[in-house]
Amino acid sequence: MIPVGFEYERPDSVAAALALLAEHGEGATILAGGHSLLPVMKLRLSAPEIVIDIGRLTELNYIRVDGDGADSHVAIGAGTRYRDLVISDVLAAECALLPAVARTVGDPQVRHRGTIGGGLAHGDPAADIPAAVLALDGEIVLRSPRGERIVPITEFYTGVFSSVKEPDELLVEVRVPRTGATGWAYEKFTRRSNDWAIVAVSVVTLPSGRRQLGLVNMGGTPLRALATEAALEQGKSIEEAAALAAEGTEPPADNAGTPEYRRHLVTVLAKRALKTASA
Amino acid sequence: MKVEITVNGERTSADVEPRTLLAHYLRENVGLKATNIGCDTTSCGACTVLVDGESVKSCTVLAVQADQLSVQTMEDLGMDHPVTAAFRQEHGLQCGFCTPGMVMAAVGLIDENPDLTEADVREGLEGNLCRCTGYHNIVRAVLVAAGKDPDAAQAEGTDDKTISPGFSAGEGAA
Amino acid sequence: MSILGTRVVRTEDPVFLTRGATYTDDLTDERLTGALHLTLVRSPIAHATITSIDVEAAKEAPGVVAVFTGADVDLAPALLFPAANPAMVRPFLATDRVRYVGEAVAAVLTEEAYQGEDAAEMVDVDYEPLDVVVDMKDALTDEVLLFPEAGTNSVTKMHFAKEEAPEDLFADCEVVVSKEIVNQRVAAAPLETRAASAYWGEDGRCTIFCSTQNAQSARDEVAGWMGLDTKDLRLILPDVGGGFGAKIGADPEFALVGWLSKKVGRPVRWNESRSENMTGMVQGRGQLQTITIGGDRDGTVKAYRLDLIADAGAYPRLGVVLPMFTRMMAPGTYDIPKVWSTAKVVATNTTSTAAYRGAGRPEATQAIERAMDLFADAIGMDPAELRKKNVVKPEQFPFTTKGGAEYDSGEYAKAIDLALEASGYDELRAEQKRRREAGDPLQLGIGVSSYVEITGGGAFVENATVEVHADGTVTVLTGTSPHGQGHATAWAMLASDQLGIPVDKITVIHGDTDLIPKGAGTMGSRSLQTGGIAVHNAAVELVEVAKQRAAERLEANVDDLVVENGTVQVKGTGSGISLAELAGADELKVYHEWDGKKPTFPFGAHVALVEVDVESGKATVERIWAVDDAGPVLNPLIFDGQRHGGIAQGIAQALLEEVVFDSEGQPLTATFADYGIPSAAELPSFDLVSMETPTPINTMGYKGIGEAGTIGSCPAVQNAVIDAVSHLGVEHIDMPLTPLRVWEAIEEARK
Repeated sequence: MIPVGFEYERPDSVAAALALLAEHGEGATILAGGHSLLPVMKLRLSAPEIVIDIGRLTELNYIRVDGDGADSHVAIGAGTRYRDLVISDVLAAECALLPAVARTVGDPQVRHRGTIGGGLAHGDPAADIPAAVLALDGEIVLRSPRGERIVPITEFYTGVFSSVKEPDELLVEVRVPRTGATGWAYEKFTRRSNDWAIVAVSVVTLPSGRRQLGLVNMGGTPLRALATEAALEQGKSIEEAAALAAEGTEPPADNAGTPEYRRHLVTVLAKRALKTASA
Repeated sequence: MKVEITVNGERTSADVEPRTLLAHYLRENVGLKATNIGCDTTSCGACTVLVDGESVKSCTVLAVQADQLSVQTMEDLGMDHPVTAAFRQEHGLQCGFCTPGMVMAAVGLIDENPDLTEADVREGLEGNLCRCTGYHNIVRAVLVAAGKDPDAAQAEGTDDKTISPGFSAGEGAA
Repeated sequence: MSILGTRVVRTEDPVFLTRGATYTDDLTDERLTGALHLTLVRSPIAHATITSIDVEAAKEAPGVVAVFTGADVDLAPALLFPAANPAMVRPFLATDRVRYVGEAVAAVLTEEAYQGEDAAEMVDVDYEPLDVVVDMKDALTDEVLLFPEAGTNSVTKMHFAKEEAPEDLFADCEVVVSKEIVNQRVAAAPLETRAASAYWGEDGRCTIFCSTQNAQSARDEVAGWMGLDTKDLRLILPDVGGGFGAKIGADPEFALVGWLSKKVGRPVRWNESRSENMTGMVQGRGQLQTITIGGDRDGTVKAYRLDLIADAGAYPRLGVVLPMFTRMMAPGTYDIPKVWSTAKVVATNTTSTAAYRGAGRPEATQAIERAMDLFADAIGMDPAELRKKNVVKPEQFPFTTKGGAEYDSGEYAKAIDLALEASGYDELRAEQKRRREAGDPLQLGIGVSSYVEITGGGAFVENATVEVHADGTVTVLTGTSPHGQGHATAWAMLASDQLGIPVDKITVIHGDTDLIPKGAGTMGSRSLQTGGIAVHNAAVELVEVAKQRAAERLEANVDDLVVENGTVQVKGTGSGISLAELAGADELKVYHEWDGKKPTFPFGAHVALVEVDVESGKATVERIWAVDDAGPVLNPLIFDGQRHGGIAQGIAQALLEEVVFDSEGQPLTATFADYGIPSAAELPSFDLVSMETPTPINTMGYKGIGEAGTIGSCPAVQNAVIDAVSHLGVEHIDMPLTPLRVWEAIEEARK
């Protein structure tokens, strides 16, 4: 199957990409690695009039520690591929959850093309990275001709495949705290290795010592296990806390799992992830 | 729109619709038919080729995205290549349809990690489906191509997978 | 030393691994120059009347040459299986009614392939939805009829019992267990989808290049549909990218492609997408079974009953006949005094069913092997012991079963013992016990299966032509039709063994109905015991012909001649004459037709070790030990490859794969993202154990190996997973044993 025909632009800078976005409005779509976009275009679930390819903008491809002192964080350019996350020395030392999560996205071929910005912007509730960034209390940097704004990931998603990003905005960077090399875990549950998660749970320990959990495929957007986090803060055991992981979730029903099953599964995965992260 | 893509070391060029998939560019514009298309959902990997040395699924890359880049397909390898030679020696193919993609995925995998275990190979080929071989001999072929002893690696890999505290499947195994 | 039985790497591989095999869609044949591309508009609704089709907009779309609907097609709707209700015919494009999602309703021909999808979207079809029937039991009530003119959804009377079931079947049994189980519908999903290309020659003959497992019978079918004399139709098979039963015979689309080519006067090409394939290609299995087994507490099984309903899908095809094999093989490897079976076949608003690896036999094996485990559980006996106690004994062969099969040869208990021994069965049980006692979340399950199957059933006759050429090369023509099975290598080995000419000088040709007008193709694991024997016999005859001719030339006694290294030699002397030289003088060619008259019955035993995470329900196959006895092995490389692939498909059905339709007949598994074909990451390496028991049916002792692995592994894995959670009170779980299903079963048992 092949996409509906479209116009193609390959701007040579972010500024040029933004100008194209502003010019074409909602008929335009950003193409980075293409591994969220092209599959839906091939199935004709999406038919943009113009595709703006930012895949070669090296200015969006970086992983670095930015800022000073308490403000310092890891900044990741939106064009950074999953493969680059996996092999990043900076992330291995500064935020080791992310490469571990990235390693489970799709398969090697997908990881060679897919980008962190593309995955975040696409907003699939079954995707791995958004929930991990949520667990990390990350921030999304959006840029448009109107300027730049920083949106906490907690306020980014508004529903399935939807976010506060305006049509003229480009997701240019994601920022995550320097959580270090330890204190994290990712439990992803699938039937097949490269399937989307039926449920997944990421756990990260923030510099403050607080443990946060990001949940994949437990609702229309990535979710936090807030009840579990609160229980941990109150000194409850991992078992007690994990048992609360499904609170406030509205998991979907599909071939792979009923909502009831997902509510159960998330507690099992939360328990395991917390144990690993605490080991 | 005009694209120029180096395919198997040779410059190719064509005027294509932007929606042209790289797989179709290779098959129809360049005339290299080894690369197959087995699904619509980036699942099967039969269309795997290397773009600038990295494995990609050419059904999910636009030809325009590969403009000015270098693509390698199975046709470039020849039978002296360690991967193709091992696939033949270990019977890593039956109907042959997944083979061009499987071979190129293996080439990319070995390039990224020459020190492969059986588990590495199985995980590394997670994006490539084969309906004929049950993967047993594909895994062996990739191990052989990577310079590993497939018998040792497969035995080792099995034990790794099976052993849990207090239990060794090896004890009872023939 | 004979080449037979040795590990010969495949002669097909250098091409497959360099320029790649040439599948139908790869053809650059000049006869297809200027071909139009066919895109089919398919129904998105499972059951509806078509109130109108507007093709005007599509006709105006770029590149469109023609658009046809059912009203344009003057081919008579076809009954796709002879024994089906004659009202259940399928039009080549739907006219007034659609009966499943994916049914073709319009044909769009474009200059370029890419234009087809765009134009197909512009065909405007109005549907008036009808009630949908998906569930087999619902279909049997005939409340919703697919073919009102048939008056029933019941497809055939061919399986109706000729007499009443004996009332006392289980009368003398101390223990009787009964269960309704599902052998779920699965997709064969060969990596190459369906494809066909057609052109008409100036001589008025039609040639169709297509992907099928049997050129000659596909030709006969297509000719029948097109109203052609078979001599006016040529089928050519390029390389075929897997079939697994789903490419047996022809698809109606092949005839449509031929008809369209005639209609527009240009070659036409068709290559379906995977999404089309997952609704359009025939699917396998799909049986609802009630198994009842009875016997005594000492482990003597005395009676077995199997009542099944088979899902034919919307338009009955080969699936109609498969319950015959299921019933015939119902008692499996066991000597059960009383066996009874019934079968019904019913039409539903789903994709048609046909053969899938094993085709009727895996359904029988799954049923009896589940029954044996249920019975073992009921009487508290080890399932392996129960099996060994009840299998047919070696001295009983040939053994006529209560299912009506005549088993040729076998040592069923020995196969079980070999598998148990290889697995270290007692140690596995000990470790299972330890984990149970420890309450480990990762529980072990050990599953045993004992199986026997039929190969070469139905089509016993096959032919071969062997010709030696003056340049010393050899051509073998075969009526079999490989699509991954390595006949080019294996048949060359059989010829080489007799002629003493190396395999790389022997070319095997198949799948061109002008060159090879007769043949039954490759299915039912038939090829070696039919086509292979034909090649062997032809080569033997050719040697005799060569000796006769050489005797005259050498002025020697025929009895003093031997063929070595491609030369007829006088024993003990240096004098001789090469086969090539004889061929140069006069055509050296033999056609042989072999009729084995009977099928053979390969058998074996598998032991599966699975680990089940009882907290999540996820089951993983850790090891599988397989004994697959198909007689002597011609080429261990290919033989084991067939076993590997078969085992993987059996594991896949047990754990992952299922074609699912919702109650409206919408397929929920119509892409490879949704349908659970395993990758390498979901499977272990396989432990194969050798055993070779020849059949007396042919001189070489060969049986078939293509489907054995699937038939053995699937029940072993299902039994293993259930075994892993049986101590939690779980008695049975239907396939596929997904994490969800396993978890739900555990939860249910806890209540």
